[in-house]
Amino acid sequence: MKEVNISELERRFQEKIDNDIRIEPKDWMPDEYRKTLIRQISQHAHSEVVGMLPEGNWITRAPNLRRKAVLLAKVQDEAGHGLYLYSAVETLGADREQTIDDLHSGKAKYSSIFNYPTLTWADMGAIGWLVDGAAIMNQVPLCRCSYGPYARAMVRVCKEESFHQRQGFEIMTTLAKGSPEQKAMAQDALNRFWWPALMMFGPNDADSKHTQQSMDWRIKRHTNDELRQMFVDATVPQAELIGLTVPDPDLKWNEETGHYEFGAINWDEFWEVVKGNGPCNKDRIDTRRKAKEEGLWVREAAMAHAEKRAKRKSA
Amino acid sequence: MANREWPLWEVFIRSKQGLNHKHVGSLRAADAEMAIENARDVYTRRSEGVSIWVVESKNLFASDPSEADALFEPADSKVYRHPTFYDVPDGIEHM
Repeated sequence: MKEVNISELERRFQEKIDNDIRIEPKDWMPDEYRKTLIRQISQHAHSEVVGMLPEGNWITRAPNLRRKAVLLAKVQDEAGHGLYLYSAVETLGADREQTIDDLHSGKAKYSSIFNYPTLTWADMGAIGWLVDGAAIMNQVPLCRCSYGPYARAMVRVCKEESFHQRQGFEIMTTLAKGSPEQKAMAQDALNRFWWPALMMFGPNDADSKHTQQSMDWRIKRHTNDELRQMFVDATVPQAELIGLTVPDPDLKWNEETGHYEFGAINWDEFWEVVKGNGPCNKDRIDTRRKAKEEGLWVREAAMAHAEKRAKRKSA
Repeated sequence: MANREWPLWEVFIRSKQGLNHKHVGSLRAADAEMAIENARDVYTRRSEGVSIWVVESKNLFASDPSEADALFEPADSKVYRHPTFYDVPDGIEHM
């Protein structure tokens, strides 16, 4: 290979990005690009895995067999999504075990929404509708992310995610059409999940330290505030259609801009939850850690069994 | 005993009879049999496959992208390998 200096490599790299040529695992890339992707993809993977916990809480108490089968399938999908993403992060040279240990030590974050408790069955509806709905807004543009393996994983995830949102909205619709108690339960779930769902898009653009670089590298295609606005515009009419009220007294349609205006987000709450002080942070991480520790003997036994069988075969 | 990570496997899926197996991603498994079972659960939950190949990632060898120009250069200069290189007289419709 010809000797090429770093700035020339960087120039060629950015040229590829600007021409929408995907970057693949063995291609040269700046260290910061690699680091940014490892951070983003592993945190995305952790969010999928931790995201199984609030919903897993209701599998045994689903109101009927159909709902139970659907919820099981959804939670299994989240496990699958986590695995697509860990697979993508390994293509960057990151170690899967290390990224998981970083989650358990608190070094790596995950989506703060999963630190809220799921108190009633209606929360399964609100999560599917709002949380998966917000995730879809985030993930659809990621299907065109500059890093090939991440973009391909997102294509699979998005195909599967739309069932998640629909099943959640179906739960909400059914409750909203039910008895006054059921409708109140749906409204209560919307009240509790609305604001945390808006926080899922991250800090306002002015306060988001990674946005500009990620846009230049075409990891991100829209800013946090753009995505949040798209979500509000899409979701408010859905709430109205099923007779539920979005818990925001400042919410109003702006005829001129063609967008909804909405109230101020409580960022203090957001940062508290990110820092680990949400209602369920400790519980979520303890559960993940316990699963890893208590599963150790199973992983070791499987390895020993595989080695024994390989030896027998070669003998 | 140290916590040893399971080996990494690359997964290839044939989506239907008549098509090639295509790379879809990777996963961790203790052996080939477990890799196939895990691949079924991770990559074919919606009937995406009729056949699975798994190859341990360490056994996969790849060309170097930084040498791609030199590697593929021989084909660039041989336009005569394409039918569009040839003049076909007027009046010939299907050739």
